[in-house]
Amino acid sequence: MYSEKVMDHFANPRNVGEIENANGVGEVGNAKCGDIMRIYLDVHDNIIRDIKFKTFGCGAAIATSSMVTELVMGKTLEEALKISNDAVAEALDGLPPAKMHCSNLAADALHEAIKDYIQHKGK
Amino acid sequence: MRRVYFDHSATTPVDNEVAKVVYEYMTEKFGNPGSIHYFGREANKAVNEGRQQVADLIGANANEIFFTSGGTESDNLALKGVAFANRKKGNHIITTAIEHHAVLHACENLEKQGFTVTYLPVDENAMVSVEDVKNAITDKTILISVMFANNEVGTIQPIKEIGKLAKEKGIYFHTDAVQAVANYPIDVNEYNIDLLSSSGHKFYGPKGIGFLYIRKGVKIESLQQGGSQERKLRAGTENVPGIVGLGKAAQMAKLEMSQRIAHVQGLRDRLIKGIQATITDIKLNGHPEVRLPGNVNFSFLYIEGESLLLNLDMKGIAGSSGSACTSGSLDPSHVLLAMGMTHETAHGSLRLSLGKGNTEADVDYCLEVLPKIVSTLRSMSPLSANSKLAPSNPCNECHQH
Repeated sequence: MYSEKVMDHFANPRNVGEIENANGVGEVGNAKCGDIMRIYLDVHDNIIRDIKFKTFGCGAAIATSSMVTELVMGKTLEEALKISNDAVAEALDGLPPAKMHCSNLAADALHEAIKDYIQHKGK
Repeated sequence: MRRVYFDHSATTPVDNEVAKVVYEYMTEKFGNPGSIHYFGREANKAVNEGRQQVADLIGANANEIFFTSGGTESDNLALKGVAFANRKKGNHIITTAIEHHAVLHACENLEKQGFTVTYLPVDENAMVSVEDVKNAITDKTILISVMFANNEVGTIQPIKEIGKLAKEKGIYFHTDAVQAVANYPIDVNEYNIDLLSSSGHKFYGPKGIGFLYIRKGVKIESLQQGGSQERKLRAGTENVPGIVGLGKAAQMAKLEMSQRIAHVQGLRDRLIKGIQATITDIKLNGHPEVRLPGNVNFSFLYIEGESLLLNLDMKGIAGSSGSACTSGSLDPSHVLLAMGMTHETAHGSLRLSLGKGNTEADVDYCLEVLPKIVSTLRSMSPLSANSKLAPSNPCNECHQH
């Protein structure tokens, strides 16, 4: 039911872990619904120098988390903010319909992390 | 790749001997049991034999066995058939919160038609209390339906006590025994069961065939009309290959039951002990002792069931989970929630159901692979023993998820 790309990112997730001195952290989801994604950013000069994730969730949740980190690594914040949940799903050659809503939150987590970075910038 | 099948509660492989007779009655002996000629008589004889073999497995008489398409149809026929036929007597049905959807959704359907249904709670081991059943009975109660053994966590219910109570009160007692038949010794008279649902593919028979045991004298209405098959209760040409296969599977189960139970139970205990010895932060779901011989169900904290299943599958091991993702809904299993489990614990559940074909080597392979998978997924998880969700998390306020 999952595409080959989803299974690849699920089996070999990119950029798993935490960034110790992250200057932006975003989290979405809750354990009740079965998915939690946390994104850590290291932003310098408006550019995402490093990004890592930690995810509790199903195959789609892990694959979308992994994919979003790949899509925005080295990108500007403006470019990263343009990435939508749908774009992440598309980059994975689609997700099963049931997963589109419940597990496709990785871009939201990224945007939360960027929001967190902007709020704390200069403080 | 090495393949280990640990999902026997979902379905079992058809036994070779069963497949042989099924094939025979699809090809060479293809007659319609309703026909008067030789071909028909041959098929009719086989159907009667199958009925007797099934009856022998549960201590019933052959004329109390009605063939259906499987567990779901048997449950629907039992609940709706008894409800409609006994409407004048009362409109109250007692069941439990942990039944299979075939029972729960049939009950919801009956509620729309003027019946009232009591859904009894269970304790943390998924056990129904006989006292609760007793207290739920009213003068309008016409049927009590309690599953024999739970399909997810394997807990075996106090069927004998409930059967005795129902008999004393003159109320019909139905049990969904889809998981228990052939995996556990059942005698419908000893347990005072009036109706019992069963499905062939759960005990090495074919899919698409099952039966409903109906004690002689029980008032029940048919749900589908047509020919006079199954004593007019269930119209439609008999599924002869299925019936012959079901009969063969029942006969083999009766012969081999004690060896099968001993074998599977030994593997189950080895697997449970092995998991408990190698993985921390886990919870054994279901009753620790009073459970199906082949059922293992654990929650692994901080990780989610589907990703666990996918990882196991990549290593060749087939299991199942009560997580929302595997049920196609946003909520995890109703059984685990009824046991008082939190959503996060329920999402991390894994059911491994063992069968007669499994070996110690299968169990040991699983014990080699599983701890590594759990540890990898935990290293990726934002949850741990002392984790807290960020207060800014937008989903804390979200009602969609």
